Amino acid sequence: MRVRCTVNGEPRVADDVWAGESLLYVLRERLGLPGSKNACEQGECGSCTVYLDGVPVCACLVAAGQAEGRTVVTVEGLADDDGLHPVQQAFVEAGAVQCGFCTPGLVVAVHDLLQRDADPSDADVREALSGNLCRCTGYEKILDAVRLAASRTGSER
Amino acid sequence: MTTSPTRPSPTRRSSPPRDGVGTSAARPDGGLKVRGEFAFSSDLWMDGMLWGATLRSPHAHARITGIRTEAALAVPGVFAVLTHEDVPGVNAYGLEHRDQPVLADDRVRYQGEAVALVAADHPETARRAAALVEVDYAELPPVTDPRAAVRGDGEPVHEGGNTVRHVRIRRGDPTASAPVVVTGDYEVGMQDQAFLGPESGLAVPAVDGGVDLFVATQWLHVDRSQVAYALGLDEELVRITLAGVGGAFGAREDLSMQVHACMLALRTRRPVKMVYSREESFFGHVHRHPAWMRYEHGADEDGRLVYVRAEIVLDGGAYASSTPAVVANAATLGAGPYVVPNVSIDGYGAYTNNPPCGAMRGFGAVQAAFGYESQMDRLAEAVGVDPAEIRIRNGLAEGDHVATGQVLDSAAPVAELVRRVRDMPLPPDPGLTVGPVETRDIRSLPGGVSNTTHGEGVRRGIGYGVGIKNICFSEGFDDYSTARVTLRVVAGEPLVTVHTAAVEVGQGLVTLQEQIARTELGIAQVRVETADTRVGSAGSTSASRQSYVTGGAVQAACREVAAELLARASVAAGVEPSSLTLEDGSVVGPTGERVAAVADLVGQEAVERTVEWRHRPTTTLDPETGQGSAHVQFAFAAHRAVVDVDVELGLVKVVALDCAQDVGRALNPGAVLGQIHGGSAQGLGLAVMEEIQVVDGLVRNPSFTDYLIPTVLDMPPMQVDVLELADPHAPYGLRGVGEPPTISSTPAVVAAIRAATGLALDRVPVRPEHLTGT
Repeated sequence: MRVRCTVNGEPRVADDVWAGESLLYVLRERLGLPGSKNACEQGECGSCTVYLDGVPVCACLVAAGQAEGRTVVTVEGLADDDGLHPVQQAFVEAGAVQCGFCTPGLVVAVHDLLQRDADPSDADVREALSGNLCRCTGYEKILDAVRLAASRTGSER
Repeated sequence: MTTSPTRPSPTRRSSPPRDGVGTSAARPDGGLKVRGEFAFSSDLWMDGMLWGATLRSPHAHARITGIRTEAALAVPGVFAVLTHEDVPGVNAYGLEHRDQPVLADDRVRYQGEAVALVAADHPETARRAAALVEVDYAELPPVTDPRAAVRGDGEPVHEGGNTVRHVRIRRGDPTASAPVVVTGDYEVGMQDQAFLGPESGLAVPAVDGGVDLFVATQWLHVDRSQVAYALGLDEELVRITLAGVGGAFGAREDLSMQVHACMLALRTRRPVKMVYSREESFFGHVHRHPAWMRYEHGADEDGRLVYVRAEIVLDGGAYASSTPAVVANAATLGAGPYVVPNVSIDGYGAYTNNPPCGAMRGFGAVQAAFGYESQMDRLAEAVGVDPAEIRIRNGLAEGDHVATGQVLDSAAPVAELVRRVRDMPLPPDPGLTVGPVETRDIRSLPGGVSNTTHGEGVRRGIGYGVGIKNICFSEGFDDYSTARVTLRVVAGEPLVTVHTAAVEVGQGLVTLQEQIARTELGIAQVRVETADTRVGSAGSTSASRQSYVTGGAVQAACREVAAELLARASVAAGVEPSSLTLEDGSVVGPTGERVAAVADLVGQEAVERTVEWRHRPTTTLDPETGQGSAHVQFAFAAHRAVVDVDVELGLVKVVALDCAQDVGRALNPGAVLGQIHGGSAQGLGLAVMEEIQVVDGLVRNPSFTDYLIPTVLDMPPMQVDVLELADPHAPYGLRGVGEPPTISSTPAVVAAIRAATGLALDRVPVRPEHLTGT
């Protein structure tokens, strides 16, 4: 089948999509956007988190056909061409990145959290990120990154 | 952050170069990773590539009486279906013994053993075709009890019996007696490394008959030797390049899809990509050995240890992998970080038909630590002293002997580490019995947002754990790394290129290589090339060894380049090279004056040096007594855990997990903290949630739905105290960092649960039913 959707602001078309493919597969293997990650492909780890019509979802749990006509934003679409979004910048500066496989999903999840709550408490951050598994960092520096990003972006909203 | 690095190293320069050794330099791949542009092994793509899939045994033990591939080959889109008959070289691989077939021949020895391969134009086509391969199995009774296996009971899984290795440690008087005796039987469940980036890679056939493999691994050159052996190719025809690694923790030290993808690529003459699903990943790599341990500790009335006797049985599963070395670690470190005059330890590794086990962070030391630390708490109770005090009283110090007779010839601050975690601030009293219920945030309580308690039935406990770990490879292994450092002038500026085969798995080794080059050469622009087999081996990214060994190799190669530059400058300046130094792209004389620009000294030709660097040699263990200086370096960490337990529901909330660790010298303090945080989390996971459940040789929970790893709700904030007591034998005084925090956090958490509940808890992970008795 053919799937048409808007991805990171551009209209995109994927052809010869098998009906069993996920949005994650289409993004990674058909649209050249492998930033969303394939850690579990069963909705447990959050590494494939993308926005679908503005709502964060696990792209592995969205059938490709469900994205037809809708708007997708992936981790590749958060920043301007050359720079980093403040959330991305905070992850780098706080040392919240080790292997980096969870990072794209966490960056999207934190991006979403800070849009909803500019100054979340630690307990709120933990609750919001509890669907994103990280195996390297023990989460300490991820929390540092969220605090850093919130301190910089809070005044902008 | 409450980290307080303590003693500045005497070797530290007064003004370190920007982003040099000792700074928390940012990782060069950080920007790519946060933008989703870093190429992990599962992201690779080539025009015309095919997808590989693997058919695996559903049985723990069976004879194969027939394999038919016709139905699979008939599927449109399928390009190849391969079985053991198609293995071009020798159908065997393995880290220490080549006892594992690339594809099963007449027998499968564990559930998940690879039997057949398919290449197709879509991954789903490949998976469905693999399911159409017809395999006739005659099921056999599986060997599942490792303790019976090492006793010699049951059918041999391999010729030669079911004991992979027996290590005996005998020190002092094996019949020593003591007035205070505590005993215990302990079990450790099978933990999974659970890296997030699945096993994956891309194999590309080459016109010279060889193959280029891009893969996430831990040890490029040992991958290459095993792949070449199985493919029947000269090693020069197998070229391996590191693709982005999504975590490793030991699970990538053994081969997974490497030979399989190469076989499919060579057969189809097309690039072939293989990516395991999470379920397949649980079958596609080795796990941490489960352990059964019997301990007896004897002590005087003050709790000073007189003897330790132990038997440790580790289940290696169906193939040897690194079991021999894991057994040696468990046995040689089995008395713990304590002064013990009389030691008798027997460590065994078993062959069974359970899932194969091999390397995981902590590597044998984790299992033993749960045993000996549980014992130390029993001893503390028996003699009536505080759990921290019993550890302070018995802790190893520099100059002491460990159980193998080896002398600790650098810092071993066990007592100091325990004092430091003991004296850290405690989290606020939960105040669960006072104040209005509605003011309590249930998210801070056991059960969290499941809303299972508002404080009723919740009890708090505090516990300690200390661990010991050997750093680098042991027992006489020729443990080296190779570094090629090239200095050239690009656009008028000096540029340093560092090339090694050392694998970055996320820990920060690429950053560290840059930092070392900047410090040694005083040049800001440093580029680390992608690790591959075009340069000599760097050894494995394991055993907390790469900072030490590849760090040492990069330092040595840089120093040879520096010597060449200073020799050139000394001729021009007419002074001794020893009076010159490199700073900020210049050669600087004894009074700080600029003698020459590095760019001018280098000119048009690059200065390049390649160094093979070794740490000091180790010895083998005496086969009868286990005595010998078998280890390169020892590292220590201590944890204090604070837990709240809902004793009615058996739910545990770890509310604090604080750590003190000596790292010799923090080459990158931020990365050191990251290792301590992450390692502690994996230890917490083993304490309260992580176990591959195996019944009759079959894995019951191969998914992240059923195999739980800690989330951000499970990990408490950590206070970390990093000591820097330089080891004079190691580059920059460093001590390996990655594994020690994984070792001590598990027993600390369990000790805290015991303190909260009064239960004995002799098995990890602790499950709710262990706490409620239901």
